[in-house]
Amino acid sequence: MNAMNFDLTAEQGMLQKMIREFSDEVVASGAIERDKNKAFPVEIFKQLSDMGIMGLPFPEEYGGAGADTISFAIVTEELSRTCASTGITYSAHISLGGAPLHLFGTEKQKEKYLTPICTGESFGAFGLTEPNAGSDAGGTETTASLENGEFVINGSKVFITNASYAKHLALTAITDRNGNNKEISAIIVPTDAQGFTIKSEYEKMGLNASNTTELILENVRVPEENLLGVRGNGFKQFLTTLDGGRIGIAAMAVGIAQGALNKAVQYAKERKQFGKTLSQFQATQFKLADMEVKIQLARTFVYKAAWLKDQGRPFGKEAAIAKYYASEMAMEVCDEAIQIHGGYGYMKEYEVERYLRDAKLLEIGEGTSEVQKMVIARHIL
Amino acid sequence: MNIFVLVKRTFDTEEKIVVSGGKIQEDGAEFIINPYDEYAIEEAIQKRDALGGKVTVVTIGGEDAEKQLRTALAMGADEAVLINTEDDLDELDQYSSAYILSEYLKDKEADLILAGNVAIDGGSGQVGPRLADLLGINYVTTVTSLEIDGTNVKIVRDIEGDSEVLETSLPLLVTAQQGLNEPRYPSLPGIMKAKKKPLEELELDDLDIDEDDVEVKVETVEIYLPPQKAAGRVLEGDLSAQVKELVNLLHSEAKVI
Repeated sequence: MNAMNFDLTAEQGMLQKMIREFSDEVVASGAIERDKNKAFPVEIFKQLSDMGIMGLPFPEEYGGAGADTISFAIVTEELSRTCASTGITYSAHISLGGAPLHLFGTEKQKEKYLTPICTGESFGAFGLTEPNAGSDAGGTETTASLENGEFVINGSKVFITNASYAKHLALTAITDRNGNNKEISAIIVPTDAQGFTIKSEYEKMGLNASNTTELILENVRVPEENLLGVRGNGFKQFLTTLDGGRIGIAAMAVGIAQGALNKAVQYAKERKQFGKTLSQFQATQFKLADMEVKIQLARTFVYKAAWLKDQGRPFGKEAAIAKYYASEMAMEVCDEAIQIHGGYGYMKEYEVERYLRDAKLLEIGEGTSEVQKMVIARHIL
Repeated sequence: MNIFVLVKRTFDTEEKIVVSGGKIQEDGAEFIINPYDEYAIEEAIQKRDALGGKVTVVTIGGEDAEKQLRTALAMGADEAVLINTEDDLDELDQYSSAYILSEYLKDKEADLILAGNVAIDGGSGQVGPRLADLLGINYVTTVTSLEIDGTNVKIVRDIEGDSEVLETSLPLLVTAQQGLNEPRYPSLPGIMKAKKKPLEELELDDLDIDEDDVEVKVETVEIYLPPQKAAGRVLEGDLSAQVKELVNLLHSEAKVI
């Protein structure tokens, strides 16, 4: 009998407690400095590797832990609650880096490329976006032509998370043309391949401690066996990958919003004006209540999307709903958290301004809010 | 090394204590492994990894305590034992807890038993020493360092701001003080494996204990919260006036001089 059940399993509960403590004790400290200095959280990820978190949802035979998508959402939320840069690094590592290898890779490819991702030896990354192509795959310009059993790849990718710390990544390229139709395939490329340049020179609004890169490929040669999945299915595969990635982004949004609410509650209880704490003013209470409502609704829906995925059921619409709602509510919650803090909220020391800057990306990355609405509409029309 | 760790399920240190009807309300409260017991578990795992053997975590309590035992298994303990007294006993005290544990441990040939220095709820620090006495083995409390070489044991223990170094031998019971080690986070593979590790559940009958044997010797007369602390007062004026007022207040208001 399958009954409605909102409880976490024993394992999920234990994991939540463990990662929550880790986030408070290890990740939180230094988040302000990492944002300021654009310092990638290498040490934190070393510890997460030792704790077996880097291969969370992948099979044990490749060094993973065989946990479920809800567990992935829990970890992503908790890391993002104190440092969203750490959260996005993790989310991209699993859902964009590891997932396509797990879903579409051959046995041999998984052994070779998924295992180092599970152990944390390599970060996971994924090369889709180009200067003229994101959710619109038709704009893809990177080409991979087959010559003597090798793909020769030329082109460039933008806004690629984690690539400086990845030993290899999968990317999309045009492998053939049929009139105006482009055949797009996914190919695994080692980052140390000759002709492969990775730059991380972006000046970003937020998520400053995460690694965002530009990839330039000039006559990069990889063997034909590096084709990931079915030739010509590259874009379809990446759409499937993005469905999972959206659960990660939504979980990040819940974490950031929860972090902002926690800060606002703490401040409201301490700060006194006109002889009362802010928390005694109904104006503040209503703000905090609205923030709590939004976070609870978003988290419940993130879990639902994750649960559907774990059941092997369609979850594309739910992932889009979760991502759209959670990322928009995160912006609203962070905005209110700053407002409750008043002038101090505008100061970096109080962290809520960073939460807002970090949250903005969630309305954009892995499909903008508008693209999520297109996806949702497609499901109901 | 046959190692046992005594574990207690306690209120989360962050939890707000609510007393109602003369009892502490447990509804909706979060529970954790007693923090001092975490040092004991960590030390047991380290000693097993270095010297070989097996770590068994033991607790007395109800079904709910399984969660804390599973966490200890996730950290790396090999086996867990829940002595479930939920149906048999309404109350436990230091005497009854130590007696039940001694009945369980008497034929287990434990080389080393570890416990927390105190539990953060009752705070008596008695169960460990009482148990060692019942088993007739050596014990040392509040240890901050434990070195084992064969059956010889070198210990540093905390003595209120100073340290004492002493030597003893196995079999031995020690209680763990803060500083003994840094308890690990359970690893994710550890968490995933915890469910598959053996967890034995025993009742008093299984240990041939009669309820009368474990009748509590401590009577709880009343449970109440400490009085609310009033906000502090900052004295003003020049220094000599402040001193005068302070002395005055200590005499007339606080009535301590």
